[in-house]
Amino acid sequence: MLILHCPYCGVDADETDLHAGGEAHLKREGPASSDEDFEDYLFMRENPKGVHFERWRHGYGCGKWFLAARCTNTLEVFGTYPAQTLEPPQDIKDKITAKRPGWSWGNFQ
Amino acid sequence: MKRYSAFAIAREAMRNHTGWDRAWAKREPKKKYDVIIVGAGGHGLATAYYLGKNFGITNVAILEKGWLGGGNTGRNTTIIRSNYLQDPSAAIYEKSRSLYETMSQDLNYNVMFSPRGVIMLAQTQHEVRGYKRTAHANALQGVTTEWIDPARVKELCPIMNIDGPRYPVLGGLWQARGGTARHDAVAWGYARACSDMGMDVIQQCEVKGVRQENGKVVGVDTTKGSIDCDKLGLVVAGHSGVMAQMAGFRLPIESVALQALVSEPIKPAMDIVVMANTVHGYLSQSDKGEMVIGGGTDAYNNYTQRGSFHHIEETVRALVETFPMLARLKMLRQWGGIVDVTGDRSPILSKTPVDGIFVNCGWGTGGFKAIPGSGWAMAELIAKGQSPLTDEFSMFRFREGKFIDESVAAGVAH
Repeated sequence: MLILHCPYCGVDADETDLHAGGEAHLKREGPASSDEDFEDYLFMRENPKGVHFERWRHGYGCGKWFLAARCTNTLEVFGTYPAQTLEPPQDIKDKITAKRPGWSWGNFQ
Repeated sequence: MKRYSAFAIAREAMRNHTGWDRAWAKREPKKKYDVIIVGAGGHGLATAYYLGKNFGITNVAILEKGWLGGGNTGRNTTIIRSNYLQDPSAAIYEKSRSLYETMSQDLNYNVMFSPRGVIMLAQTQHEVRGYKRTAHANALQGVTTEWIDPARVKELCPIMNIDGPRYPVLGGLWQARGGTARHDAVAWGYARACSDMGMDVIQQCEVKGVRQENGKVVGVDTTKGSIDCDKLGLVVAGHSGVMAQMAGFRLPIESVALQALVSEPIKPAMDIVVMANTVHGYLSQSDKGEMVIGGGTDAYNNYTQRGSFHHIEETVRALVETFPMLARLKMLRQWGGIVDVTGDRSPILSKTPVDGIFVNCGWGTGGFKAIPGSGWAMAELIAKGQSPLTDEFSMFRFREGKFIDESVAAGVAH
């Protein structure tokens, strides 16, 4: 079972206390955007075998959304961080680089 | 290829079974093929088979990184049905179901197709309305299904408790022509037929890169060296995203784990397939006597081929109410597979942004039933560049909002 650390209430929460919310750091598109951008936003997804960034909600806890860096191939968790950010914090990126040198995900590396 | 028959069994019995050939030849890759199919699961092998059978294209290699049929083809709960809501789905799934009826004869390989009937249980008012609507749609599509009341459900499946307090059975969508088949045999039968047509089934050959020139595919780099091709079919289910990345495009797909489990073998207790979609429990009894139970998917991306235990617990807990006898059974094995899920829960059979590359993926949690139909349609798409069965399943449909929405219609289950 996945255990993720909630960065708000500090609890190590079991997967059953959490709600998975899909890809993190999606750029929202509005009515004025092109069809391609809107398609990207709504349907196209990063689906890597390796480092992945996701949204999770501490549903049976504080109820807040946070983000997690995880490996989809080993289920290893690199770290979690608050959702109010446009890109992963440097310390999380460093942790990933230490374990998965040369990783990249979307525009991040 | 020596044909299998009752006579062949008798003949081999007389000489200690020394005369059986290998079912398919073990080959090393050639320099170049007309078509390379990546993925020797059911869908990939069926695609190759119909390329040869329907279009005479036999200079074909089927590359498999693991072993033949070792992915989702060998991990599903073998349910075959075609009671979908949308017309494009009904067309391809019904084509598939009808091909299963004669598959053993066509392939000269017993795939043990058993049209024992499939019920999709309605356990909420929402499902009652949904399945009645599907029954009407199926009538228009020429797919034989009917709405049945709880008494008829009980008659078809006496071990069911239809008065459960949480999930009472309010009726069901009954497809008498649905059923099950032996999943490994489907892959083995197609592989044997492909090999017999002169195609190369190459196992333990992982594709590491896709070579292109001027926006057109020219070959693949593999763990067994570089192989050239004119056309490339990607039929790799859970790893479709990985293959697309190699080819340089993205797919509207996420890969998640789906689990199943089987009980200890017991005497025959149930001779139909029951799908309880409200609780994500899918139940049938195998010929060995095991109760085969399919569960729900995990909600997060995963390539580990194992799922979360709590999903098993949720599935079994809910099924025990409807099937009280399950409470006394020990569970023998549990396993997971990686399924590729699209936004509208319908598959993708499509050309891609790269000339000469075709993709067949997105079957999500319900690919087994579609194997022959998918192969039939994909072969036509690769050979002719267009197929009436695949027109609606383009990977570009999302941009245009032309969804084939089965996530609502099928009550999530596939």
